[in-house]
Amino acid sequence: MTAGAIAMMVVAMVVLWGGLAAAIVNIVRFKGPEPGESMRDL
Amino acid sequence: MTATKAPIDRGRFSNKTVFIMAAIGSAVGLGNIWRFPYVAYEGGGGAFILPYLVALLVAGIPLLLLDYAVGHSQRGSAPLSFARLSRKLEFIGWWQVAICVVIAVYYAAILAWSSQYIGFSFTQAWGSDPEAFFFEDFLHSDSSGVTLDFVPAVLIPMVIIWVLTIVVMALGVQNGVGATSVIFIPVLLIAFGALVVQALSLPGASEGLQTLFAPNWAALLDPAVWASAFGQIFFSLSVGFGIMITYASYVGRKIDMTGSGFVVGFANSGFELLCGIGVFSALGFLAQSSGAAVSEVVADGIGLAFVAFPAIISEAPLGALLGVLFFTSLVLAGFTSLVSILEVVISAVRDKLELSRITGTLVVTVPLALISILLFSTTSGLTVLDISDYFINRFGILLVAMVSMLALGWGVRRVPWFAEHMGRYGSIPLRGWWVPLVMVITPLLVGFMLVLEVIAAVAEPYGGYSGWMLGVFGWGAAGAALGAGILLAIPKWKSTTPLEAPEHDEEVIR
Repeated sequence: MTAGAIAMMVVAMVVLWGGLAAAIVNIVRFKGPEPGESMRDL
Repeated sequence: MTATKAPIDRGRFSNKTVFIMAAIGSAVGLGNIWRFPYVAYEGGGGAFILPYLVALLVAGIPLLLLDYAVGHSQRGSAPLSFARLSRKLEFIGWWQVAICVVIAVYYAAILAWSSQYIGFSFTQAWGSDPEAFFFEDFLHSDSSGVTLDFVPAVLIPMVIIWVLTIVVMALGVQNGVGATSVIFIPVLLIAFGALVVQALSLPGASEGLQTLFAPNWAALLDPAVWASAFGQIFFSLSVGFGIMITYASYVGRKIDMTGSGFVVGFANSGFELLCGIGVFSALGFLAQSSGAAVSEVVADGIGLAFVAFPAIISEAPLGALLGVLFFTSLVLAGFTSLVSILEVVISAVRDKLELSRITGTLVVTVPLALISILLFSTTSGLTVLDISDYFINRFGILLVAMVSMLALGWGVRRVPWFAEHMGRYGSIPLRGWWVPLVMVITPLLVGFMLVLEVIAAVAEPYGGYSGWMLGVFGWGAAGAALGAGILLAIPKWKSTTPLEAPEHDEEVIR
């Protein structure tokens, strides 16, 4: 693989997988109120 | 005056993790595996990441959040949610339901083919000519017209898949829809992850990755590349046709919907990148083993899954394992998407007729299963599927998404209110950036894509199929979905169905 292709592969990984990691960290750290008891499905 | 029933639950996800997994299960589908790698390769390789990321942030996630806002604030299926916003908009919800009906009936056929190919991977039943095997020996494909010549090799797995689907749907929102994704999505990730590891170890894999990631910066000057990036994000995320409205209506009031949207959006795109790496590593191997350039063996869709991959499986060491992982991934990704598409229909019918879960499921799925089997387990199944898929995606989903954005933004002018609603318990505030995107930018972009698609479809008959088949199963199916939406919006709701969004979860009707 050329350096350009390797660089773009790394950029894509950092942006998309890093974005996913950041989104997960955000939602885990956010302490919003959780709903009460789960309701029964019919 | 509305007579309100005693509180009866319409089902809901028990927590945000189940909701997020279900939403990822819906978004991650066949398009991630067999469409993204080709679109990225065609759209400038490594340079494609730029328009792709812009499309995700400017159109994909904003539109996803709009769907969430509608369902989460109005607490109903797509038709009920739109009816609660304005009775005049109810047809949009039924239009989305009709689109889901069309997609559901052909989606099951692809799952049936994929499940058969899991078995074929062991025996390499396609021999030395996978293309002839798929179209002639397996499907007995006949594109000259519609036949009722059933193909047992497709009919039997289709019946099994429909039975399993009906069981899952009957189990309900949490125990059926939610639980399926909670189990299947991690298994899918493991299966495809193993496939990527195996594909990367094949000779020629680096050539495949070079072909995928080598940046062609000149492509960024081509508007068609930007349109294809927006198209990929749009079709891949399952936005605009009722699924995310329905799922969001099953989520508790105080869940962080904006944070969830970003997780779903990036999870979907992250999985697409994994698919690109796996698929192009395998194609690199195929090119090397056949003495061709990677660009000569690149394929997408059915050609990639049922022609190129069998050729790879025949040549690769531990080819059977590669085949099992690939086709199992297709089945898992497709099944969670099929479940989400059917949930749109079941939820709408239950809301309208006030049916129990089991009754609603049977009323919807049994007729759909019969139509699906009748149309797609025959020798003409592939032709009808190809035409329906092309037209309902473009002139069904794209059109309804644009109409709903315009109606919500400029008709009932509820977008700023949605931003406030979503921001109340959300970790990411929407005020400022989201409103102009959803009201102006995204509708313009979707409209631009739609114009390009109309020009392409009118300029040349799709796939070289006959005019009457394109008219009936293409333009006809897309038009019938709109017609069905308008007609189904005419009957009034029962007096026991509140046409105002309930203030508390406990007040939702079944």
